[in-house]
Amino acid sequence: MEKVKLTIDNKLIEVEKGTTIYKAAKQLGIDIPVLCYMNLEDLGIENKPGGCRICVVEVEGRRNLAPSCSTDCAEGMVVNTHSIRVINARRTVMEFILSDHPKDCLTCAKSGNCELQDMAVKLGIREIPGQEYAAMSTYKMDFSPSLIRELDKCIMCRRCEMMCNDFQTVGALSAFKRGFEAAVGPAFEMDIEDSTCTYCGQCVAVCPTGALTEKDHTREVINALSDPTKTVIVQTAPAVRAALGEEFGLKPGTLVTGKMVAALRRLGFNYVFDTDFAADLTIMEEGTELLGRLTKHLNGDKEVKLPILTSCCPAWVNFFEHNFPDMKEIPSTARSPQQMFGAIAKTYFADKIKVKREDLVVISIMPCLAKKYEAQRDEFKVDGNPDVDFSLSTRELAHLIKQANLDFKSLPDEDFDKPLGESTGAAVIFGVTGGVIEAAVRTAYELQTGKKLERVEFEQLRGMESIRKATIDFNGTPINIGIAHGLGNARKLLEDIKAGKSEFHAIEIMACPGGCIGGGGQPLHHSDSSILKARTKAIFAEDEAKVLRKSHENPYIIKLYEEFLGKPMSEKAHHLLHTHYFDKSGKIEIS
Amino acid sequence: MTKYKQIRIALNNCGVIDPENIEDYIARDGYMALGKCITEMTPQDVIKEIKDSGLRGRGGGGFPAGLKWEIASKNHADQKYVVCNADEGDPGAFMDRSVLEGDPHAVLEAMAICGYSIGATKGLIYIRAEYPLAIKRLKIAIDQAREVGLLGKNIFGSKFDFDIELRYGAGAFVCGEETSLIHSMEGLRGEPTIKPPFPAEKGYLGKPTNVNNVETYASVPIIIRKGASWFNKIGTEKSKGTKVFALAGKVNNVGLVEVPMGTTLREVIFEIGGGIQNGKKFKAVQTGGPSGGCLTEKHLDTPIDFDNLVAAGSMMGSGGMIVMDEDNCMVSVAKFYLDFTVEESCGKCSPCRIGNKRLFELLERITKGQGTMDDLQRLRNMSNVIKDTSLCGLGQTSPNPVLSTLDNFYDEYLAHVKDHKCPAGECKDLMKYFIIAENCVGCTACARVCPVGAITGEKKEAHLINSETCIKCGACMERCKFDAIIIK
Repeated sequence: MEKVKLTIDNKLIEVEKGTTIYKAAKQLGIDIPVLCYMNLEDLGIENKPGGCRICVVEVEGRRNLAPSCSTDCAEGMVVNTHSIRVINARRTVMEFILSDHPKDCLTCAKSGNCELQDMAVKLGIREIPGQEYAAMSTYKMDFSPSLIRELDKCIMCRRCEMMCNDFQTVGALSAFKRGFEAAVGPAFEMDIEDSTCTYCGQCVAVCPTGALTEKDHTREVINALSDPTKTVIVQTAPAVRAALGEEFGLKPGTLVTGKMVAALRRLGFNYVFDTDFAADLTIMEEGTELLGRLTKHLNGDKEVKLPILTSCCPAWVNFFEHNFPDMKEIPSTARSPQQMFGAIAKTYFADKIKVKREDLVVISIMPCLAKKYEAQRDEFKVDGNPDVDFSLSTRELAHLIKQANLDFKSLPDEDFDKPLGESTGAAVIFGVTGGVIEAAVRTAYELQTGKKLERVEFEQLRGMESIRKATIDFNGTPINIGIAHGLGNARKLLEDIKAGKSEFHAIEIMACPGGCIGGGGQPLHHSDSSILKARTKAIFAEDEAKVLRKSHENPYIIKLYEEFLGKPMSEKAHHLLHTHYFDKSGKIEIS
Repeated sequence: MTKYKQIRIALNNCGVIDPENIEDYIARDGYMALGKCITEMTPQDVIKEIKDSGLRGRGGGGFPAGLKWEIASKNHADQKYVVCNADEGDPGAFMDRSVLEGDPHAVLEAMAICGYSIGATKGLIYIRAEYPLAIKRLKIAIDQAREVGLLGKNIFGSKFDFDIELRYGAGAFVCGEETSLIHSMEGLRGEPTIKPPFPAEKGYLGKPTNVNNVETYASVPIIIRKGASWFNKIGTEKSKGTKVFALAGKVNNVGLVEVPMGTTLREVIFEIGGGIQNGKKFKAVQTGGPSGGCLTEKHLDTPIDFDNLVAAGSMMGSGGMIVMDEDNCMVSVAKFYLDFTVEESCGKCSPCRIGNKRLFELLERITKGQGTMDDLQRLRNMSNVIKDTSLCGLGQTSPNPVLSTLDNFYDEYLAHVKDHKCPAGECKDLMKYFIIAENCVGCTACARVCPVGAITGEKKEAHLINSETCIKCGACMERCKFDAIIIK
């Protein structure tokens, strides 16, 4: 690799050709402020439109200032990252940006966690000259079941657009209008609900300001908890426990399962359950469905739809309903763990504790924003009463805990309640890319071959590569498995299936980078991909620490089938635990 | 009338030939240059000829055309493109339009020559949809050239293939910037991306692309026919050939002029332009459109070329030249151009998106008499930062009208800010209507016509205007037969 030598702030450095000034400076420990720039290393996610102009630096011999995020180092370059010319420019540009940004930090969802706010502090902004006569660009607010768009706060960093278009290939967001009026949103400024948005929430996960936030449901949860006539139960998704601690200053990757349970109990939930229980149930249903289809296929049935696609990820479900409706017979019909939990809670469990359906409130804590949308889908309601009443993101739970003034770090470790709180290691790994299929393989292998697995870890299914392939030997039958995280990567696998080029028997798809640990409802990673990796490690650590690591060994699952469901794919199971999909490709009406 | 004649190179055939008849063009040596290139010259020869001619891009930046071609020729790819930028968008400029309407084949021929030299087989003309006649004539010209084999396969019996298509712009000024133009042609949002990579490396559809504007191409065939040494004798040391200007504003002869580089502003304005209308005093000339600056009396003898205009605080731009007289308020002029830039900014980078809006707001305050001395300081700092930090040429030059008027007409800004007066009498908010008592006969006509009852007075006695109530509509002044009403 060709090298170039340059000087940054009087320090000599040699870097590979093609390295940006920003990255070279970082190697020297020089902190150049960046705003629109974002880089999730090793995940191939980079945003550098060079738009905010905060990261400008002075390059000797160059007429104007250079954006360090997108200017490559050159041989002999002399760079000054904090000259008075730079400081003046940076500050003036920041004053421009703030002059067109609402000052309602007091009630803004991002306050305290806002990159724009941090930058204002960093650059020493105390007032915005001329603010009293500066016009502001204003837009209508856009509310949807999962996210809220408040474009008055958009600073045109284009990160959301990059995630939506380049990474997810959803294409719901793009810049509209021009000049002072420009902002990012669906085409023709339609509501996000009318667009092809999948509610994956990755736009929210990367938004540096309060322009994109989750639809907050903490008020509804407080209402339910304060209603004495209601029994309020909560389920927590696997990825939450690997990230929640970050909101309380714990190191990324710190598992806080026990403290989370304790906190939820102190918040007043009558029962604290685990979505992992339902994940085990999902494996029973989805695994059985997979084995069924596989057996038919191996017996020469040409009609059987393969590969089978996982269906736990609600953003992914939205994605294929919008983009591949002609293939809606392929995904597993198994509902997601959140919905399986809701369905079992409002039937089996409600009966057990003798509470009427309408008096039982099911809250879910999810790393996800699409779960909010999923919870209110009509097919998951009985007489208008949803199986899952409200879904909170990890961030919202953290807010609730802080509101309750709980000293999270010193809470004791407590256990989930029974019966819907017991789970295996297979369920925990649902939280990372490849985890669902690994869990399915653990069960399917034993059920199919009748042999006990010597080793439950399938390293070949793990990793952060965007698309992964592995072949598992099912007692002489090779089973080809595909894994994709990120909807853009999923699209590639689906195009292959469409073209008849897919060699897979089963494919796991997760919409978010790294799987649910990188979900749109998780604590903000602020473009630090090491956080995602630490969460992944934590999830596998929890799996390893479990006594039971295969879903079909969960005694409460076995009991559930004995007492209530009969067997996997039974009629009752079908009714409560499976679903069907819709064609959402229809023309978009613009009013 | 003068020893300085206009020399017609780019406008050589305009108004002389029937632009809808290829034979007219051929009769004026049309397509001879292409024939010469293909049959007698290697692509390297062609590039050398253009380089030797010293031809610089007429779109505004003045980048040497031959060098641009050479870079594109050296970047190897299975497909390359020749693009003609016909997205002329400066207010008041219509040089390119005249060339396309009057001599479309010159552009087609030059694009084919460029294609031959860089190894491209496809040409695209990005033309604004607001030029229907130019589009019509280009279509006719392309069809005719294809019919006679001057576009298409095996041109002049050689192995060289070249064809041209049109792409329509939807009317965004920023699409004159080459990366924006390319994105727009690709069907993407018309906004710039950071260079490098330059279009010559990664342009249309990621392939090496040469982008020149209409006037640049229009100069190419004649250079090939007459030779680089003929062309480079015209003009100044660093700017060769001629430049077309759209002369407009307060001069007697408005219209297109084509003069050799090095002609002075005085010659253009006072000799060719015939001086200022109504015998008024020359005040300033604005060159380079919204990206340019206002030059004054002291610049009148500056020879016009790319570098001199930049040194004087303006720029060549694509060739707009607007002359102003003593009745033009320079703060208003700056505001007018900022209004345009605010409208045309794509919004991608913050300094251009927000900064220009703030400049405009400050200028508006000043023209309303609300400006402060601090505002003047801020105006300058904001302008400098916008220039220093904007992503593309639009934002990097948009404060030029402000900076050049601040530099050259600071007194006028001071008059607005300190005395709340507009010396040119253009800023309505700073004007007041008065009645000169000696002239007023008390006919009451003004009081009767005033829509807000701001004029009072007894019959046959001098009247008075209440400036608090007055809405400055001017009706009284129009009605008064005794010249008793004035504006101050």
